[in-house]
Amino acid sequence: MTAPATGDAPLLEARELARHYVVSRGFMKPKGTVRALDGVSFAVRAGETLAVVGESGCGKSTLARQVTMIERPTSGALRLGGVDVATGDAATLKRMRPLVQMVFQNPYASLNPRKKVGTLLEEPLAINLDLDRAARRERADAMMAKVGLRPEHYHRYPHMFSGGQRQRIAVARALMLNPRLVVADEPVSALDVSIQAQVLNLLMDLQQETGIAYLFISHNLQVVRHIADAVLVMYLGRTVEAGPKQVIFTRPAHPYTRALLASTPVLDPRRRRERIVLQGELPSPLNPPSGCAFHMRCPYAIERCRTEVPLLEPLGGAMVACHRAAELNA
Amino acid sequence: MPLLDIEGLTVEFGTEAAPFVAVDRVDLGIEAGEIVGVVGESGSGKSVTALALMGLIDFPGRVTARRMAFAGRDLLQLSERERRALVGKDIAMIFQDPLASLNPCFTVAFQLMETLRVHGNERERGSSKLRRARALELLQQVEIPDAGARLNAYPHQLSGGMAQRVMIAMAIACNPKLLIADEPSTALDVTVQAQILALLTNLQKDRGMALLLITHDLAVVAETAQRVVVMYAGQQVETGPVPGLFEAPRHPYTQALLAALPEHNLERARLTAIAGMVPGQHNRPSGCLLSPRCAYATPRCRAEQPMLEGDAARRVRCFFPLDASGHPTRGWRPDSVPALG
Repeated sequence: MTAPATGDAPLLEARELARHYVVSRGFMKPKGTVRALDGVSFAVRAGETLAVVGESGCGKSTLARQVTMIERPTSGALRLGGVDVATGDAATLKRMRPLVQMVFQNPYASLNPRKKVGTLLEEPLAINLDLDRAARRERADAMMAKVGLRPEHYHRYPHMFSGGQRQRIAVARALMLNPRLVVADEPVSALDVSIQAQVLNLLMDLQQETGIAYLFISHNLQVVRHIADAVLVMYLGRTVEAGPKQVIFTRPAHPYTRALLASTPVLDPRRRRERIVLQGELPSPLNPPSGCAFHMRCPYAIERCRTEVPLLEPLGGAMVACHRAAELNA
Repeated sequence: MPLLDIEGLTVEFGTEAAPFVAVDRVDLGIEAGEIVGVVGESGSGKSVTALALMGLIDFPGRVTARRMAFAGRDLLQLSERERRALVGKDIAMIFQDPLASLNPCFTVAFQLMETLRVHGNERERGSSKLRRARALELLQQVEIPDAGARLNAYPHQLSGGMAQRVMIAMAIACNPKLLIADEPSTALDVTVQAQILALLTNLQKDRGMALLLITHDLAVVAETAQRVVVMYAGQQVETGPVPGLFEAPRHPYTQALLAALPEHNLERARLTAIAGMVPGQHNRPSGCLLSPRCAYATPRCRAEQPMLEGDAARRVRCFFPLDASGHPTRGWRPDSVPALG
């Protein structure tokens, strides 16, 4: 469809991507601005998995909405396979949208209960491509085999499947148009441990086979640790730390990343970190704190953190936005 | 004598002729001040066990037990009225989705005071001023910031973590001897989950309350509980102390669950998945319920149901329980195992 990203150029590149929403704060009150996504930069290469982690309200899902071209970013650049999709016209977006597909958290809600699996899988083909019925059926059958569904499942409805199988259907549907990037928004958090492993294995197998890239949104750090190549930690619409998985998990530099890792329950008592229980919750994005957004919950906050917004700077193989990062990691 | 003493608890749904056994002969004892974890996947019967304890299984569900005693009183013999006086006071429960458990039409203060009006002591029942003061005190105990202002908040004005704190405040309002927490932190962010778990264990310690923690997250249980019960398809498959049970599981299901965790696959590309899924109402296998998914299943496993065996400290439901190195024992022979797909 479009020219493949050549050489080392990333498949998806975001620079200072921002999305602000104007919201009403009540009758006769001035409108407020929610900076749901406030200047996030990252790159995803083909065959790579970038995990986005953070608490609810940190802008993970807003990021997904920009990348899937459901919304236009307020500012910043977003390039997919070398094509600018942040400012592209409607025809460009229409051409680019099939390249990015999405898998949602809850497979009980994301599949239309009134459509059979076959119809669900063929719908994207019918809408986007000019194929006859037999060709569509052929592709649907091939995809079902690929994700581990049996041929007789073609005529069944979603309610006849378990959660893990439904998520397989959702993955199959996302892959029908041979996308280059799949945005997976918490794809395994609604599933049981034993099923979660099956779906993660499937995602990794498909990546090996097709060289697809994943933008993997999750709050489960154990899962992220397993599947990701790179990790982007977000807090209130901004990146607080980004880098290769090994660096983030072995030497987390930002106090927030450390707190996230320490909050994750761990089975093995020998691998448990010292518990840092963060006080409070994510502040309101309508009324963000001055300076570093994390300073109110940060055990290391100093006066400078209250006034000055920290910039994302390289430190020990990762990018960290913290005034005291160098000092704390010395 | 244990605070809670249950033997042979069975919960059935459906018709007498073709019952669906959601909970199958569960034995559970909890000492005062103890934290017991119940883990299992969806459909394993862990929530139904808790609901049966609370007396919340309605017709057509049927609850039977050989013994079901709480603090020396026989729960099976209680009248509806006596049971209502006990449940919510001495046994309290919190649920997974706090915003669904709170009534959206009433303020936090109203809902807290309602508990006290029904179950509080004589003075509290008589004075709404006292009840309000106590409600404020409870919100402070569950570490809600600016508790005074939160009293008049409606549930939709609270975040998930805050709403769960309100639920906990309501549950501890009458100093229960046993708190049942059904997936208390599952719907919350990791940082808030850590806060809620810390709050629960602190309250448990301060008040000497027993805590029954139901969760699907093995790591949560490993970090909080003293004893754990692993359930599969309505049956207990293994019980034992923490961390012993997690370090050397004796049941193949516990072993497989642990192996499926990303944490145990750090250096591997693929996760060790368990094939298949938990059997539902219509596809319960004969013999051991795990046999279709078990890596070690033999013809005997497919024909006969194993019993829960062992001493009070460690019990396991398997013909060939695993030894310390994770291999089946008691004359298990691999040649009796057909190749697995």
